[in-house]
This record gives sequence, C-alpha cells and structure tokens, in this order.
Amino acid sequence: MKQFLKPATRKSFITYLLVIAAFIAVEIMVSTGNASNMFKGLLVPFCVYSVAAASLNLTVGILGELSLGQAGFMCIGAYSSAIFSIVTKDTITSAWVRFPVAMLIGGISAAIFGVLIGIPVLRLRGDYLAIVTLAFGEIIKNVFAALYIGYDSSGLHVSLTSQGDLGLAPDGKMLINGALGISGTPKDSTFEIGFAVLLITLIIIYNFVNSRTGRAVMSIRDNRIAAESIGLNITKFKLITFGLTAFLAGIAGALFSHNLSTLQASKFDYNLSILVLVFVVLGGIGNIRGSVIAAVVLTYLPEVLRSINNYRMLIYSIVLIVMMIFTSNAKIRGFFTASFMKLKGLIIKNKSAKEGE
Amino acid sequence: MALLEVKKLGISFGGLRAVDDFSMTIEKGQLYGLIGPNGAGKTTIFNLLTGVYKPTDGTIHLDGKNITGKSTTEINKAGIARTFQNIRLFSNLSVLDNVKAGLSNRYSYSTATGVFRLPKFFKYEKQMTERAMELLRPFDLQDDADTLASNLPYGKQRKLEIARALATEPKLLLLDEPAAGMNPKETAGLMNTILTVRDDFGVTVLLIEHDMYLVSGICEKLSVLNFGQLLREGPTGEVLADPEVIKAYLGE
Repeated sequence: MKQFLKPATRKSFITYLLVIAAFIAVEIMVSTGNASNMFKGLLVPFCVYSVAAASLNLTVGILGELSLGQAGFMCIGAYSSAIFSIVTKDTITSAWVRFPVAMLIGGISAAIFGVLIGIPVLRLRGDYLAIVTLAFGEIIKNVFAALYIGYDSSGLHVSLTSQGDLGLAPDGKMLINGALGISGTPKDSTFEIGFAVLLITLIIIYNFVNSRTGRAVMSIRDNRIAAESIGLNITKFKLITFGLTAFLAGIAGALFSHNLSTLQASKFDYNLSILVLVFVVLGGIGNIRGSVIAAVVLTYLPEVLRSINNYRMLIYSIVLIVMMIFTSNAKIRGFFTASFMKLKGLIIKNKSAKEGE
Repeated sequence: MALLEVKKLGISFGGLRAVDDFSMTIEKGQLYGLIGPNGAGKTTIFNLLTGVYKPTDGTIHLDGKNITGKSTTEINKAGIARTFQNIRLFSNLSVLDNVKAGLSNRYSYSTATGVFRLPKFFKYEKQMTERAMELLRPFDLQDDADTLASNLPYGKQRKLEIARALATEPKLLLLDEPAAGMNPKETAGLMNTILTVRDDFGVTVLLIEHDMYLVSGICEKLSVLNFGQLLREGPTGEVLADPEVIKAYLGE
C-alpha cells in the first residue's frame, strides 16, 4: 500500500472513504427507521457546514490568511441560486437539471464577488484582512436585507427602499422582499445531493492542494519573500485561492437556501462566519478532514443537547474548550499518539505471538 | 558582453544613503565575491538586484536587458535567483516540494488542469519530480526528499535553498552568506558544491561572504564595499592584499 500511494494521496482517499462510509451508515439508519426527525432535519445542514468549513480551510489553512467573510459569500450563493430556481421553477421542471445549474450560478456569482473583493483586500494581511473581510460580509448581508426585487410583464424592478417603491404590476411577483427575504424556493436540497456536493468539494480541495497551484499557495503561506524570489506571482495565487473559497462557499449557500422555504439575509451574519471559522480551527487549521468532522460534530451537538435546555450552552462551551486543548496542546496530543502506538505495538505483538504458537 | 552590469546604483532610506554610486560588472561564468564589514550594504545590494528594493539612482542590466525597478517575480523570470542570509525555506513543505515550487514556472499548468487531474497534470508532475530529484542529487539531499524542510539540519537547509534557487534555471545565482554558521569541514564541502553548481548548471555566481577561507578559495574577482560605497574591486588575491581593504576590515 505504502509503495504505490503517496502520503498526500492516501490522506485524501481516507477522507473520501470516511465520508462515503458515513453516508452509507446514515442511509441505512434512515431506511431502517432508526433516525429521529431531528437527525433527518440536520442531514443537509451537515453537508452545508462541512462544505463551508472545508472551503474556508483553503483560505485559512492553505493560504494562511484569516477571512471572516464566509457568511457573505454563502449569502450571495444562497440568494443568486434561489432567484434562479424561483424564476425557472415553471420552465425547468426537473430538479435534477435545475438544482445543479442553480448551484453553479450560486458558486460563480460568489466567486466573482470573491475575486472583486479580493483584489483590494488581499493586499492586507493578518488581523487587518480579517477585519475587512468581516466588514464585507456584513455589507453583503445588509445590502440583501435592504433589497427589493420583483418582476412582472414589463421586466425586472429593483428598489432599495420599500416594496411599494417597486411599482410592480398586479400580476407581478416578488423575488426578494427586503428583510423578509426570499420565499418559495423549491426544496431541492436532499441529503443525497448534499453528500455528492461534499464529496466533489473534497475532491476539488484535495486536488487543488496537491497540485502546482496548491504548492505555490503553501509556499506563499510559509514564506512570502522566498516565494517571490522564485518567481511566484503572489497576487494571482492569492486571488485564485480566495476565489475558489468563495465559489465553494456560494455552493454551500445554494445548498442552504434550497433547504428552506423562506430565507432571510439575517441568517448570514457574522455569527455564521465565526461559527464556520470555529469548525476550521477546531478541526485543525490546514486539516480538511478535521474541518468536516468538526462541522458535523459541532452542528449535531447543540441539537442533541436541546433536551437539557438549561445546560445546553454550558456543555457546548465545555466541549469546545476540551477540543481546543486536545487539538492544540502538543503534550496531550503526544500522549494519545504514544498510547495509540503502544496499543498498535501490543496488537502486532499478540498477533506474532499467536502465529508463533 | 557582460552578464550583469550595474551602473551608479544608489538607494536612500530617508536621510540614510545605504548604497551610493555602486558599479559592478560580472562576466558570464564568473564566481564573483562581494565583501565588506557588517552594515556596509551588501545585502541591500542583493535586495536591489532582486527587486526587493527599488533603486533611487542607477541602472541594472542583465544580459543586456534593463531590469531596473522590476518586481522580484519579473526579475526571477529574467534570470536572477537568490538565497537568503537568514534561511527562508517553505518550512511546512517537504524537501521535494520546496524544489518543485521552484519549478512552478518551468512546468506550468493551469489550476483547472490540477483540479480536474487532466493528463497534462500527471505528465508535468512526473517531469517535475524527476527534475527535482536531479536538482537534489548534487547537494546530497535525494534521500531527504520526503522530509519536512524544517526538520532538516542547518547545513542541509542552506543547500536546499540553493537547490530551490537553481530550480528556476537562473543565469545569475546570488548567495547571501552561504557559509554562515558552518564549521570548517562543512565550509570546505560547500566550496566544492558551489564550484560544481557553477560548472554543471552553467550559472554565474555572485556571493556575499565573511569567511575569507571560502572567499579566497573560490572567488575569482571581488568587490569590497564600505559604508555603502565601493572601496576596491579586482582579482581576489590583489584585493585581499590591499592595505585599504585590510584597514576597513580590521581598523587601524
């Protein structure tokens, strides 16, 4: 096994297998009736947050820049894909055609904004970049919350003040109703599609990281001056990474919006950006598999704890702190690695002892 | 025609004149040394040559092409690669990937090719790995290819930096204190490596060094810098015997 699979390839294949195994396990649970309604309701959010966290890890872990604008890009993806789906609901009846196109539109619009915002913003580094991306995320959310779009026979009407201001004909239809958001999005998101999207996202991310571009991006992360000295175009590679992160976040947003019949922009506030960043940090910065696991565990946990409502946030925060200590403290990590190796050694010893008999 | 022609180069940081009226000509294939006391402006000249700083005055021509004021990236593409005084490796990448990063512009394929694993990806990655291994061999690093760069011992890190710089196929290689922190035995090994690199890769070498054993051992020509100005230039033996140079180094 070791000879024909490089460590990087092995790492990505283990992740794919884990995700596929989890999918099969869930499918069995659902079909045998062992899944609660609460759990079934969480399946799509699992995929949404996993995709969002894995893609943010590209910017935070691979590029090494702190971005707090993830919710903003998800917002763009959610809105643009939802508008597309509502408009084409009657013409394209098959969700199998409509939804992938909607997701692509969501991803591409988010990527366009990602690159546009990235051009000025990526000149900044560290805390400053975090602050500016946070601001852009909030701006995007607030613009959508103030946006009224409707269409009738005479075309598209846009207003930033009120619904009445649109001057819509009586036969007109509202697309975005300001702070009330979008309603009537077809519920196209299913766990199966979410799983497929997650798997494709992981393949894209791992292939990206293990290619010339990924290597260049990690070089820039490790030492910008040296990366320049070997002729790497810093701005270009930063923009590509930022754009890809936004693209995948947009797709996560599309998955999100097609899971809800009504969607308000206020869902995409900075709390969501921070939440996704928490997934990334706890899963391990630069560790894509960790992001997915952290996203699933930390999405599930608050819902499980709902039954002990009073202590819910207490336990959630304790788990967060424990996870932080476990993942960041080299000594504790070393202890577990050492005991794991010991256990492995024991098993091998037992095996060889048995064979010796 | 000279490979590198520097004319009346100068830079000021505020009121400080770090380099003033500095001229230098390096012929193709030469092993050239740049020496001078601490703070004389040697590394500043490297930074000017590689575009880290933009010169306030003067011009730099590489192979007849004006590269004055160009960006570091453009200058590397034009044919100058360098190493750093304080080692700057991509510490979280493997030794092999450090060199492959240096090969990025020679074996260029698009991001989409990489993400969708098109045939070109496999072809170029294979060629890159082979070429990178070829570059590691003269530095005796081929067995460390999968080691993380930060886990290499100090001497090997210095060598890896040279290998990475060579990966960009430069015409001119700038080495900033390559022997710093090395013991005499390691220095002797390094001298051999530098000579091999010059002959096998056909590069011209300009190096900054304080170790006079190395300088007198391999440099063919020297420029001595003092307080940002050229003190003396010429063949190594003559320059090192010059009383002015000895005075600048040792004081009166």
